[in-house]
Amino acid sequence: MDEDTEIIAEFLVESHENLDQLDRDLVALEQDPTSRELLSSIFRAIHTIKGTSGFLAFGRLEELAHVGENLLARLRDGDLLLTGDLTGVLLRMVDTTRALLALIEETASDADPGTASGTPSGTGTVDVASVVAELRAALTPESAPMSPEGARVVAEGAPMAAESDSPSDPPHAAASPLPPTVLVLPPAEPEALIAPAASAPSAATTAPSATIAAPSGAIAAPSGEEETGKRGVVDATVRVDVDLLDNLVQLVGELVLTRNQILQRSDSGDDIELTRAAQRLDLVASELQESVMQTRMQPIGQVWAKMPRIVRDLANQLGREVTLLTEGHDTELDRSLLEALKGPLTHLVRNALDHGIEPPQQRLAAGKSATGTLSLRARHESGQVVVEIADDGRGLDHAKIAETAVRRGVITSEEASRMDAKELTGLLFRPGFSTAETVTNVSGRGVGMDVVRTNIERIGGTVDITSQPGHGTTCRVRIPLTLAIIPALIVEQGGQRYALPQANLVELVRVDDLAGQVHELAGAPVLRLRGHLLPLVDLGGVLRLGPAHDPEQQTALTVVVVQADDVRFGLCVGDVHDTQEIVVKPIGRQLKPLAVYAGATIMGDGSVALILDVGGIAQTHGLGATPVAEDAAEAVTEDGTALLVLEVGSGRRAALPLAAISRLEEFALSQIEHSGRDEVVQYRDGILPLVRLAPAIGLAETRSEEPLVSVVVHDRGGERVGIVIDRVLDIVEATSQRSEVGRRPGVLGSLVLQDRVTDLVDLDAVIGAAR
Amino acid sequence: MSARARSQYCTFWVRGLYFGVAVGDVQEVLRAQGMTPVPLASDAIRGLINLRGQIVTALDLRRRLELDDDDERPEPMNVIVRGGGEAVSLLVDEIGDVIDTGERELHPTPSNLPEAVQSVLHGVIPLPEAILLVLDPDQAVEVTAAHPTGGKS
Repeated sequence: MDEDTEIIAEFLVESHENLDQLDRDLVALEQDPTSRELLSSIFRAIHTIKGTSGFLAFGRLEELAHVGENLLARLRDGDLLLTGDLTGVLLRMVDTTRALLALIEETASDADPGTASGTPSGTGTVDVASVVAELRAALTPESAPMSPEGARVVAEGAPMAAESDSPSDPPHAAASPLPPTVLVLPPAEPEALIAPAASAPSAATTAPSATIAAPSGAIAAPSGEEETGKRGVVDATVRVDVDLLDNLVQLVGELVLTRNQILQRSDSGDDIELTRAAQRLDLVASELQESVMQTRMQPIGQVWAKMPRIVRDLANQLGREVTLLTEGHDTELDRSLLEALKGPLTHLVRNALDHGIEPPQQRLAAGKSATGTLSLRARHESGQVVVEIADDGRGLDHAKIAETAVRRGVITSEEASRMDAKELTGLLFRPGFSTAETVTNVSGRGVGMDVVRTNIERIGGTVDITSQPGHGTTCRVRIPLTLAIIPALIVEQGGQRYALPQANLVELVRVDDLAGQVHELAGAPVLRLRGHLLPLVDLGGVLRLGPAHDPEQQTALTVVVVQADDVRFGLCVGDVHDTQEIVVKPIGRQLKPLAVYAGATIMGDGSVALILDVGGIAQTHGLGATPVAEDAAEAVTEDGTALLVLEVGSGRRAALPLAAISRLEEFALSQIEHSGRDEVVQYRDGILPLVRLAPAIGLAETRSEEPLVSVVVHDRGGERVGIVIDRVLDIVEATSQRSEVGRRPGVLGSLVLQDRVTDLVDLDAVIGAAR
Repeated sequence: MSARARSQYCTFWVRGLYFGVAVGDVQEVLRAQGMTPVPLASDAIRGLINLRGQIVTALDLRRRLELDDDDERPEPMNVIVRGGGEAVSLLVDEIGDVIDTGERELHPTPSNLPEAVQSVLHGVIPLPEAILLVLDPDQAVEVTAAHPTGGKS
């Protein structure tokens, strides 16, 4: 009996995996209806389910899979072409299969609970017959004898999968006698058909254990086929019980503690052998700890993988045309967080399709393409996992939100009139709020966003919405780094060590010239840093430990420039240690209200260090409202080449790769001398040839009365060239693709930087012109 | 779920008061541990300790119960309890035996005890030689941060 239960459990796990794959394949297949490979993969999955369910005497499941298989065989054979309707039917088959599996999990039988007592099936039962009939209907137009085709199926399938299905079942041959039987059945009769199947499991349970070898062999065969296919990743992994993993984490923790004690002992002793062994133990334990922690991390791709199906179904249901884009599949987070995130994300996706993306006609009327785009993006940022759900739909209608909120009694109209856009957006999260004009069964039942927010906040995350009317809505979910392994800078204050997540770190600055660089403005210290003013916050002050040093005697300042979201500030710390990979651990309930801590970690010596929450510090010190150069912020968070954006030729924008620039200089006009036809200046004991950028890239030179000229110095292998520009605007990271538009001598093309079209200077050509 | 059903208590002293926690609620008892202080936290929170890789908040019962905490005392002992679903270390003066109160009944807490003490007790059990104060770990570990935002003064 136990062995049977085990086989069934295995069957369930395997079938669920197969079904997930099926979902993905079917949706992919819709895009590429003739893909033989996809069809074969789908066919195999269903065939496996059919075979095993037959052996385990799950009659209804077998029947369903069987008919589905027939249909698939016809598709693969090219007898039928996949249409949206057919995909729908097949997906319904997958759903029904899932429902049956759930039933099996619960009752160890696939018969409806009602059938045993002979009562007609009511609620809580699985309607197999109608799906089977639907599948058959899809088959019937050409359900005439088809043995030749059947033979061809096997032959053609062979190269793909070494089809082991041929001996046990020529699907078409089996199919032909069956369809008429079921089609004539009156709706009430399927139970009668099922009755023998319902009694079958008990027969199976009494089967001698010797026969068990057979099914596992049968199961192994199809998975063996997969090995030769493309799913190499699956083969490289082993399924492990989560409890076992948690247990491992605990054990490793104990091992680390013991290691620390041994290390202390060995340091104080003279036994060289012991010291050596202890060092090795140290290394191994550290690596083991790291690896074990990694096992808990799972890529968000697992959640992404479920989305194509959800989006497809919803889009069909709602009459939308949607392209789904996913990014950041590899972004890893702790599995418990991933689990908790699934529900809210699905809800947000539904919202985006229901409320965000408009029906095709509306989109066309608004001058957009009929097909909307839904983007799911995940990344690590500021020590958090950021997940974005962005659509290019209609955006939020603040007036409508206000109106609805007033109508629902969430706020008064007086309150509404005082609210700004951000506050109005916040109303979406109020319990019982929904803006859908018609309540659909997808979203808009009034249990929407507040539940999403509650669920995300439960795991310590936040969710916020930004929207551009007519251009779309972006939902940003931030999840804390709990249990993630992150690199962090260890700083010291008041004799204690604190960890600062590396993700928040911009740079380290040592300020020696206190009088010249640090100013107090109405009691608030600010640091002059490369022309920008940076608010300074003293960590000792934040933690109320008193200043790191006596301010009177202080001669230098260690400033960690940190950034959270778009707030950047300097954190003055007592001392800076090294950077380490730390494992973020949650802290007790009693400390949760302290926003300045993100958690705690265990240092190499076994002591506990608190992890600072840069966002929390900014928030509690009122830095959230301080606008800090947002473009500079982008430079840190976005990937890409850093570009120097400058103004040239009467307000035109151009960009140079920052890496090519060694210095920015200003020269007085009077300094410019001539050597032949070239302009030069004396610079650092040498002569710096100057190139005027505007003419070099085909623009008119700005007539300027300025006594100074701005020059960017390009240094290549000791050979310097000064490029004369009007002024430097900013440094940004390239975030868009270069376009060929505007390509001309001296210009490689153009880029969109900070929402402005900017020429990308061809430095080689410009410098070449100087010679 | 009165404590009558549980007759075994892990006992300890805090400022001369004889406390007991049902043995089922006690995870372990440890000697003084290295502790990392938590600036901005409530006074009662003495710090964080590393319990085999798990970070546990250490709560000073003297301060939690608003008892006199002027004099020096020997290194506090850690009684690790499960309260409110988390492990929390209660710092106590001295550890006593595990006792069995047998059939003795739990009495209501005398009403003239300081509120801070009353609020964390299930009740009291008068024993021949002492009066056992039966601690409710769930209540004992309820401490709100002194400065909820950790903001500036």
